[in-house]
Amino acid sequence: MLIDWNNFTPWASLVGGMLIGIAASLFILFNGRIAGVSGIIGGLIKPNHYFEGWRIAFIAGLIISPIIWQLFKPLPAIQVDASYGLLIAAGLIVGISTRLGSGCTSGHGVCGISRLSLRSIIATLAFMGAGFITVYVIRHTLGI
Amino acid sequence: MENKHDSSYTTLAFSLFAGIIFGFGLILAGMANPAKVLAFLDLAGAWDPSLAFVMGGAILVGLITFTMAKKRSLSLLGLQMRLPTSTKIDKRLVLGSLIFGIGWGLAGICPGPAFVLLGIGSLKGIVFIVAMLVGMWLFARWDNR
Repeated sequence: MLIDWNNFTPWASLVGGMLIGIAASLFILFNGRIAGVSGIIGGLIKPNHYFEGWRIAFIAGLIISPIIWQLFKPLPAIQVDASYGLLIAAGLIVGISTRLGSGCTSGHGVCGISRLSLRSIIATLAFMGAGFITVYVIRHTLGI
Repeated sequence: MENKHDSSYTTLAFSLFAGIIFGFGLILAGMANPAKVLAFLDLAGAWDPSLAFVMGGAILVGLITFTMAKKRSLSLLGLQMRLPTSTKIDKRLVLGSLIFGIGWGLAGICPGPAFVLLGIGSLKGIVFIVAMLVGMWLFARWDNR
């Protein structure tokens, strides 16, 4: 196994992860809700839903976070290599599957594992495994 | 039933604040950079293990606070605690999560970071989000039959 030490950022990633944990903690302790991004969005586009401002407020926070960040320091590198076609396919797949599986990286991976839910542990193992295999197939088998 | 206080200004403010902190975490951690996510998922390439530390850091904090949360019946703002109750390991969960992994691996974007990309005005982020919303809408229609 070849490790890319040049781009390895254990401390920034650890502290960033702790900030995500703090945000999820605020959400459950104060609002009594799971900070699962796909679930929060999904609740807005279900038929017969009623308007729930907290969902919009959380998403608005995510959207303005890089804008506030830039008031203090420049953003780190953010690079999207995928083509538009691939992004459309990926977006559709992520949209459908996170509703089918009741969660994504935040809801299952962070909140679910934190509350030691077996469901979420299995979900996380499944999407991580599928993610590793997908990138392997794309980069090393198909060579895209 | 929807709690009346659920849309109070305090709840909205906490939601907004949590969203901002969540976004800061994604940016600092490197999760908002799809190229880094793909480098983490690429075990056979030049592997960047950083993102394992993101989940580690988040769970480190979460284990403490979710243990506290599980003991409460009302939140600190007096709202009903809505911790998930399902424990069913079914086809929906496993299949949905496997397919999500495929979608995540295709572009290196999961739902949270997609909104950070939107915030930096990335057209690619917007395209991903529109497709994701269409996907969620299609699923809701299909699921509601």
